[in-house]
Amino acid sequence: MSDLDYEPPYLYPDYRSTELRAPRHEPVRLPDEWFHKAPGPAFGRIPVGAEDADLTRRHRGEPLGERIIIHGRVLDGDGQAVRNTLVEVWQANAAGRYVDPVDDHDAPLDPNFTGAGRCLTDDAGFYRFVTVKPGAYPWRNHLNAWRPAHVHFSLFGPALASRLITQMYFPGDPLIPLDPILSSIPDPRGRELLIARLDLDTTIPEWALGYRWDIVLRGRRATPAEA
Amino acid sequence: MTAPTPSQTVGPFFGFALPFEDDADAADGDAGGAIRVEGQVLDGAGEPVPDALVEASEGEQFARCRTDGEGAFHLTLRKPVVSDGAPCFEITVFARGLLRHLHTRLYLPGEEDVNRADRVLQLVDESRRHTLVGSADGDVVHFDIRLQGEGETVFFAL
Repeated sequence: MSDLDYEPPYLYPDYRSTELRAPRHEPVRLPDEWFHKAPGPAFGRIPVGAEDADLTRRHRGEPLGERIIIHGRVLDGDGQAVRNTLVEVWQANAAGRYVDPVDDHDAPLDPNFTGAGRCLTDDAGFYRFVTVKPGAYPWRNHLNAWRPAHVHFSLFGPALASRLITQMYFPGDPLIPLDPILSSIPDPRGRELLIARLDLDTTIPEWALGYRWDIVLRGRRATPAEA
Repeated sequence: MTAPTPSQTVGPFFGFALPFEDDADAADGDAGGAIRVEGQVLDGAGEPVPDALVEASEGEQFARCRTDGEGAFHLTLRKPVVSDGAPCFEITVFARGLLRHLHTRLYLPGEEDVNRADRVLQLVDESRRHTLVGSADGDVVHFDIRLQGEGETVFFAL
């Protein structure tokens, strides 16, 4: 791809789970004209309601933690808005615990927080979620390994090649430089692309801090003139 | 500045968030033309991958299945109607330990002539093409996804 490609490798030994899961063969590259034509998956069967974008109001009471708004724009490689595309998010609660039964971290569940949300981008490509700031949590990758606070994002975009699952991190988190998953992105400029910024324009005074995080999907090559 | 946002692993904890009702069934299993696909996701040691997410798409069809404790997944899809090339499904695999997802294709058994002529299959080394073709197992199409090692599935870069 172009110089502006910050993808992590499949094999990154500091992240131990890659060792037996990274393919050893190089992927077979499909011709560009094929992937320009390939339609994206129709995700219309995935239910999404207006209430799914507010993760703090899915239960009787309000979840504990720091209430935040995450807001941003989804763009394609040409900088054009990606409208009406599905954005799915999931995260740990403020104590660093997922509802998922696979998570056995000794931290409390919050009966008022599930931590999963969905929305569609609007006509200008914007998405917006209300949630609580997730906590850091330990994982067993190495001794004293802790994941920085993060929110998982899943997007479809217009084409098969634009499918993306990634993680958004919070600015100023001291765990960020210690994290093998984020550090797997070789170029620090690529890692920066996954860190939201505090955004006082999104912040609602006396109510919730706002973070801004824009997402650029593949699916069209950036035109050289834009570089 | 329009660099694509880099990928990160789906991690192990998506099972409460990404599944949805009837997610693995893009077609009614009793309807004509429906294909039941079953398979396992396996790692480089041949062990099941119990925390993978497999997605299939073709035209307007979309299905998603989380693997179970045995690494097994299942999908119900409608056989694609194609005017050119071989009928196939686009398959995307996410898992803990995959920093980027993998893209592969499922071609169908019993379609040898069109499979042989398919221009994407022709891009693949002949000795590895079989990893992209399901096998007939009664009414089921069996399709294992080997992430690494012997019989490693062919993956594509888009």
